[in-house]
Amino acid sequence: MPTVEVTRHLYRYFPALENRTIRVPAGSVAEVLRAVDEHAPGFSDYVLDEHGALRRHVNVCLNDTIVIDRKTLSDRVPEDATLYIFQALSGG
Amino acid sequence: MSNMILLGTRKGTVIFDRSNSAWIPRPIEHAGIPVCYAARDPRNGSLWASLDHGHWGPKLSRSRDGGMTWEDVQSLKYPEGARYIVQYLPTPDFDPEAPVGQPEYKDATVFKIWTLTFGTAEQPRRLYAGTIPGGLFVSNDGGDSWELNRPLWNHESRGGNLFAGEATSENRWSGTPASIDYGVFEPGIHSIVIDPRDPLHMHIAVSSAGVLETTDGGLSWTGRNLGMLNDYMPNPEAEWGHDPHFVAGCPGQPEHLWQQNHCGVFYSDDGAMKWKKVSMPDAGVHFGFPVAVDAHDGRTAWVVPARADMERMAIGGGLCVARTTDGGQSWQSFRNGLPQENAYDIVLRHGLDVSGDSLCFGSTTGNVYLSEDRGETWRCLGHHFPPVYSVRFG
Repeated sequence: MPTVEVTRHLYRYFPALENRTIRVPAGSVAEVLRAVDEHAPGFSDYVLDEHGALRRHVNVCLNDTIVIDRKTLSDRVPEDATLYIFQALSGG
Repeated sequence: MSNMILLGTRKGTVIFDRSNSAWIPRPIEHAGIPVCYAARDPRNGSLWASLDHGHWGPKLSRSRDGGMTWEDVQSLKYPEGARYIVQYLPTPDFDPEAPVGQPEYKDATVFKIWTLTFGTAEQPRRLYAGTIPGGLFVSNDGGDSWELNRPLWNHESRGGNLFAGEATSENRWSGTPASIDYGVFEPGIHSIVIDPRDPLHMHIAVSSAGVLETTDGGLSWTGRNLGMLNDYMPNPEAEWGHDPHFVAGCPGQPEHLWQQNHCGVFYSDDGAMKWKKVSMPDAGVHFGFPVAVDAHDGRTAWVVPARADMERMAIGGGLCVARTTDGGQSWQSFRNGLPQENAYDIVLRHGLDVSGDSLCFGSTTGNVYLSEDRGETWRCLGHHFPPVYSVRFG
């Protein structure tokens, strides 16, 4: 099963995801992200908008490659992959 | 007498509690998260904060225990098929003279939950939220779930019912600069005024479109911009394209409405059937963002004047609050207790509130001032708050 690594900033809103390995069934990036909802209800609302597209300042990497399809998240996540979710940096 | 003040700030929610004559701020809530609006529901005491997460999308946060604990409520979402006609970002390469092409449509996404308004006592679980891009959302279950008001979204002034197909009329709503942070130039609903006598009767204000009224609970909407003067448009009296910065009503005399507009202060004593420009630039009352109205006397209102338009700062480096008690025929400026030199504060549209004889405002410089004598003298509640987006008595 693929592993999902989440920016620690999201632990503030989803403490259930901290200090554990998140494994969900393989599928598209969209399916993997929605599967995280099973562990942390409401999670996908933080990274996806109401149309299922990645929010503007959120990035997702499949292993070491940034996901290109930000709109439908159709890329396949293989069994042995790691999906990283992180946010763009901002300050001020 | 109110015993609580809520600030929505760039770094979280600040709550002041009254302790005898002192106002004591609590440690900040939602620390580090921009909060564009925070208020207390007078019907049940719930506290609300609209979180403007930079990364994670706008969220509503609610406390049912006076601010001890907070919970996320379900995010507002546009329904499938909610589209809008794209406005073009006013970037330096935008050519307003270029021929108009075919309209471009976009699926709506909530960028910002700009304001919250609580229903009347007869509708104890009704809430309203105004968003960028121009959505009015309604909850009938105390904020647990929300629904887009479709008659307003489908209004002919925005191109008609885009759920059903392509535009059947022109989009006459323009964008608000407050949307540019989200990479778009779209309208926003920042003012929702409910008639306390009749919950089916409401006014809303849109930047940049104008004021609309419903008398049937939101089933139909009519533009109410007669008398408005829009200095920067080719036709200042055009029906649409106005830029109300904030609209407030008098609860005791709901036909009295006030509007701090980009182009001056406007007043209506007939429920916005006709507006009258009542600002006096020579007296410094013209540009600004907020306006507050007395709860009982619809002719009494307060504004915090600022310099228009390219230098958005306090006038002459000094802060003042102006009050009228005669429907804008005359204005009196009050400066006692406010800084009169080296002040560059701007008070944003939700940054001023009134409760009885008390007024409070907060500025983008992080200063918060309170008056307990109807705006005549002021004292500072703190100089070092984050930039203040909203001030509401609880």
